[in-house]
Amino acid sequence: MWSIVHKMGSPPWFYRFANVAIAWLLPIVLMALVVGSIWGLLIAPPDYRQGNSYRIIFIHVPAAVVALAGYYVMATAGLMSLVWKIKMADTAMRALAPVGAALTFVALVTGSIWGKPTWGAWWVWDARITSMLILFFLYLGVMALSEAFDNKVAAAKACAVLSLVGTVNIPIIYKSVDWWYSLHQPASIKFTGESAIDASMLYPLLLMIVAFYGLFALTVLLRMRAELLITYSQSAWLRSELS
Amino acid sequence: MYFQTWSAVWQMDGHGPYVWGAYSLTLLVIIILIAVPLVRSRDLTRAIHNDERRRAVAAEASGKNHASKT
Repeated sequence: MWSIVHKMGSPPWFYRFANVAIAWLLPIVLMALVVGSIWGLLIAPPDYRQGNSYRIIFIHVPAAVVALAGYYVMATAGLMSLVWKIKMADTAMRALAPVGAALTFVALVTGSIWGKPTWGAWWVWDARITSMLILFFLYLGVMALSEAFDNKVAAAKACAVLSLVGTVNIPIIYKSVDWWYSLHQPASIKFTGESAIDASMLYPLLLMIVAFYGLFALTVLLRMRAELLITYSQSAWLRSELS
Repeated sequence: MYFQTWSAVWQMDGHGPYVWGAYSLTLLVIIILIAVPLVRSRDLTRAIHNDERRRAVAAEASGKNHASKT
């Protein structure tokens, strides 16, 4: 375990790892997204109450699930950067924030589009939606803070503290549909007990969730690699890596 | 396939604009998420290669006649 953390913390090792991982992830993720979208859009049956509008679920839920999980990843990176002063953790945090913000944005906008034909409104101040909006602002806050300091160490510290404080919001988002039962429907997929969704819709949904996790990993690695290329552009190891 | 015709796919019983709108927007975000760092990495790699080449030329020239290169 610790040897992996040690390796991950080494920029040359991480650069090589990112190159290999990106080469594998890029085709797999794109293929999974295409197959999952076709399955959800064209093959799955319509919902008996919502009709075809429910097909938005195949992007809305994966984006939201990964945006939430991504926040934990960012907070963990923040903790590692704060406690052990690992530079790669700081790089990871800066790469994670915009990806998380983009996924939260997708979840919010697709939810809004889904809300219009289903609830009759583009936006409601429902607990789930409001807490997701707070998540979006937390991601934006980390992005803004990382640019707000000339001193990189101070920026990393501020980002780490904000991301750690923001984790309070995550269990609230998860539980919001049960605590404040209003417009947003509760979770359809359950880890324990039977899911409230038919297999013909569940399989494409699970495929899209896996695809979005892959997309998340891919885009974070792409951003981290780009940052390594800037930070270490004068380093001998990077130049020998590229020659 | 659930739908019978392509126009049914497009219209989705009146939900077409919502569904296709949501998917188009998501596609756009995914393209941006992947393309922006990919293009940036390519440009940075190119810049490093160009710099290496420039250094090699400079080193060769200074090796020949010890003239300072600026």
